[in-house]
Amino acid sequence: MSDSTTETTHATLYERIGGEAAVNAAVDLFYRKVLNDYRINRFFDGADMEKQIDKQRAFFTMAFGGPNNYTGQDMRNAHAHLVKKGLDDSHFDAVMEHLGATLVELNVPAELITEAAAIAESTRNDILGK
Amino acid sequence: MTLLTVADKTYLCEKEETVLEALLRGGVAVPYVCKLGSCQTCLVRSLQGTPPELAQMGLKDTLKKQRYFLACRCYPTEDMTIRLSDQSAFYRDGIVTKNQMLNHNTMLLEIKFADAFEFYPGQFVNLQRRDGLTRSYSIANIPQQSNTLAFHIRRLPEGRFSEWLHDELETGDTIAVSEPRGHCFYLPQRSEQGLLLVGTGTGLAPLEGILLDALQHQHTGVIHLFHGVCEVNDLYRSDFLQDLAAQHDNFTYTPCLSGKFVPVGFAKGYAHDVALATLSDLKNWRVFLCGHPDMVNQMKRQAFLKGAAMRDIYADAFFSA
Repeated sequence: MSDSTTETTHATLYERIGGEAAVNAAVDLFYRKVLNDYRINRFFDGADMEKQIDKQRAFFTMAFGGPNNYTGQDMRNAHAHLVKKGLDDSHFDAVMEHLGATLVELNVPAELITEAAAIAESTRNDILGK
Repeated sequence: MTLLTVADKTYLCEKEETVLEALLRGGVAVPYVCKLGSCQTCLVRSLQGTPPELAQMGLKDTLKKQRYFLACRCYPTEDMTIRLSDQSAFYRDGIVTKNQMLNHNTMLLEIKFADAFEFYPGQFVNLQRRDGLTRSYSIANIPQQSNTLAFHIRRLPEGRFSEWLHDELETGDTIAVSEPRGHCFYLPQRSEQGLLLVGTGTGLAPLEGILLDALQHQHTGVIHLFHGVCEVNDLYRSDFLQDLAAQHDNFTYTPCLSGKFVPVGFAKGYAHDVALATLSDLKNWRVFLCGHPDMVNQMKRQAFLKGAAMRDIYADAFFSA
């Protein structure tokens, strides 16, 4: 496979974590945890499953440091209706918990989990509209 | 270097270039987001040429079989003819050979073609009237020697198209039929897998095709079909399905009635509720859901939560126009 976008000395987190294969493995596990969590599953009521899975893919690609088209403003816009329904830090924490648990289940090394969690954490204020 | 053909125009794909890059460079508006094979926005279909394995990673098996692939992950190894997702379907004429009632409001419509009509049982086509009025209907049979497609047509209250099919279309008439679409169908791999088929109303049509296809391929896993309707007289194909269940040890048919009056021998409740109460764990199951959008959406979520992998859940929600 030849993919030479920019010359980098280190493989990206996305590559080290296993690229789209890792995303594919993580999505089902993660989303099932989220939907089973009474603290947050009401935010997903009525959502189209296929579209949600696509969004989770995008979420994982981003959390793994893969390129993505999301801007802070997109994050704000996409979650604004949920903030109105009461989305707050406790819910964001719950999602972070499931992200961590999913990656542990997939035997991702701890230092990579820390990196992924830090990227996801960086979206907190945008998602919560702060 | 390979050649890519899209809508009769040809584009050059350089070595080390993806299909997405080559087409974007050529001015073709392929939708995309991540360029990494994750978001699956750039899903396109190969009409000619086999997509490399990498370009199909993570896709549903039925999409792979139809040679769908991700343009951003495709370094072509041969010339390809490609269709973007939104290009309009091709129509051809068939002749109505049968229209007979299956119950008080549902008709069996059969349309015959001069040549072979290739499809996967469970797919749907668009039927089109001369004035352009068009509706989607699922194919209810498996490929026949006679090149005949079968459909279950329920008369909808004030449904312009279904009333026309019921009241005016006669045997011998010609009707335009699109090429088949949809990826809710059976594939003969993993034949030991349990199959759960849940349909409401004429959602039975694609499921009958899927069921017959699976049985013909000697699927060895258990197959459960739950058909949901309101009252007993809304059921159809019951005798046929009961006979089939008697002939095949691994197949179970459960007619479910959501109305008040439920005679002995029928399950009471919505088909998906009955299915969920019957099967406690859907891990490793393949699930097919056809019919009312509410049932399909609820059941998709429930089946997923009960352990079915998202890629093993095939759904066809019927929206009435």
